Amino acid sequence: MTSAPAPIKAKLRIGDLVFSRSAVFAGSMILVTLAAVAIFLIVQSIPAVVASSEDASILKTNFWDYVGPLVFGTVWAAALALLVALPISIGIALFISHYAPRRLASVLGYVVDLLAAVPSVVFGLWGIGVFAPALVDAYAWLNENLGWIPLFSGTPSATGRTILTAALVLAVMVLPIMTAICREVFLQTPVLHEEAALALGATRWEMIRTAVLPFGRSGIISASVLGLGRALGETMAVAMVLSASPVITFQLLTSVNPNTIAANIALSFPEAYGLNVNVLIATGLILFVVTFAVNAFARWIVSRRKEFSGAN
Amino acid sequence: MSKRIEVRDLNVYYSKFLAVEGVNLAIEPRSVTAFIGPSGCGKSTFLRTLNRMHEVIPGARVEGEVLIDGNNLYDPDVDPVLVRRQVGMVFQRPNPFPTMSIKENVLAGVKLNNKRISKPDAEELVERSLRGANLWNEVKDRLDRPGSGLSGGQQQRLCIARAIAVSPEVILMDEPCSALDPISTLAIEDLIEDLKQKYTIVIVTHNMQQASRVSDKTAFFNIAGTGKPGNLIEYNDTTTIFSNPSVQATEDYVSGRFG
Ligand SMILES: Nc1ncnc2c1ncn2[C@@H]1O[C@H](COP(=O)(O)OP(=O)(O)OP(=O)(O)O)[C@@H](O)[C@H]1O
Ligand SMILES: [Mg+2]
Repeated sequence: MTSAPAPIKAKLRIGDLVFSRSAVFAGSMILVTLAAVAIFLIVQSIPAVVASSEDASILKTNFWDYVGPLVFGTVWAAALALLVALPISIGIALFISHYAPRRLASVLGYVVDLLAAVPSVVFGLWGIGVFAPALVDAYAWLNENLGWIPLFSGTPSATGRTILTAALVLAVMVLPIMTAICREVFLQTPVLHEEAALALGATRWEMIRTAVLPFGRSGIISASVLGLGRALGETMAVAMVLSASPVITFQLLTSVNPNTIAANIALSFPEAYGLNVNVLIATGLILFVVTFAVNAFARWIVSRRKEFSGAN
Repeated sequence: MSKRIEVRDLNVYYSKFLAVEGVNLAIEPRSVTAFIGPSGCGKSTFLRTLNRMHEVIPGARVEGEVLIDGNNLYDPDVDPVLVRRQVGMVFQRPNPFPTMSIKENVLAGVKLNNKRISKPDAEELVERSLRGANLWNEVKDRLDRPGSGLSGGQQQRLCIARAIAVSPEVILMDEPCSALDPISTLAIEDLIEDLKQKYTIVIVTHNMQQASRVSDKTAFFNIAGTGKPGNLIEYNDTTTIFSNPSVQATEDYVSGRFG
């Protein structure tokens, strides 16, 4: 026993303890879940990656030839969807946050949030039953008049079930979440900065360009990432709308379209057996990796101009 | 180039609430005019009517006339955007654009309306404006760094540089020093003294010494009670307001016997 004065112990408060433990628990659950999914995918995928057409009937040659067009189709459809959805969602969000009268704005905001709750199967049915047939004439016109652009070349599809239709349906599906996020960040623009722009003699649009959009930049990027993530992983709507073949092509209007990974898994899984199941799971792993890469890329963009972000 | 401001029978509303009532006053060019008065009496509100920033707030409106060199700002066919290019404003809290560099902040007003400016002209304007705001020596080596990385006093001077870069006729300042330390405050007061050579300046302040140091004329606003509109009580030469005011309320206020 020493006679040194006992160090003063920090008092353990039960509330702090409960909170910190549960925060750590919640945080680690995310990692555990992610790791579990990744391990499952990797273990199941290994046999597929080394398999040949003799082992798995679904393969023509090897796994990489099989997954290539699917990766292309997935990224291509999602990119097209984002290209369409991003300007529209920024426009709607700006209208709600800075142009519409207050009552109209809240109604509109509510409608957009409701759209986000529509199940994807409904979008699929709408795409196949209404949207695709409606687009046939437009596609024929595009092909006739702008056919010299490679994107619009080839023989236009008679059903309208092309990759462009799928991308447009995806765009409609990701619109609500993107609009909601953009609207929230635009509403967060400090009044101080908006007034600074106005006091310099900015018109409303100039005020938006100098104060609102730069301030909302990271939010716009987050919205794009979430939208892209949803578009990359969307299964039902694409599976229903797209008539697909294993090709890589940039032509938007023909009846020969690449499939997406998620839609292909959904369509092929019911008949899959043996190693074919592993092949499909391996394509899922590739989708996982693609999504991960997209996220990392977006993070990198956000961090590039961090000191100008307005967060300080 | 600076201009005379004349205000006639101005009533200022927030929706139904009459915030400032019946103001008449004339501000001479190339002078500094200070607005003083207790909190909530409508100094900021009134100041913002002088460049039509008041109406930016939903429901806010104005009755009466504000004449700048004889032209009524509130004429139906006057574009508020053009008014604000003539009458610049510096806010209580420094508000440089956080997404822009120091240089871009200074040029922000000039670049509006798609105005093109050649690179040498831009450099020249940046230097002139920053020198005009007494900031050049402190930032000349980091013009491409974010404006939000400066100290509060430097940010406020950056905002002044941004305001004078568009060569306004009038500069309005709403408690520009209230967030600053005494040294930055003195720097800005010196600056006001210089700016007065070229611009008409109106400044709101809670600091009596500041009002008596920088201003030529002082307007005292007061309010009869909460929910009542603010009024202009007395407007005169600063020396008169502080040494020999004609209204008892003014004397009580400037001598600190208020309330
Ligand atoms: N955005 C607003 N909406 C409604 N009323 C407002 C608004 N801004 C100010 N007011 C009211 O107008 C009156 C005058 O306010 P103002 O900000 O002009 O006072 P002030 O003299 O600048 O006060 P301070 O010295 O504290 O800055 C106050 O009663 C205030 O509550
Ligand atoms: Mg005020």
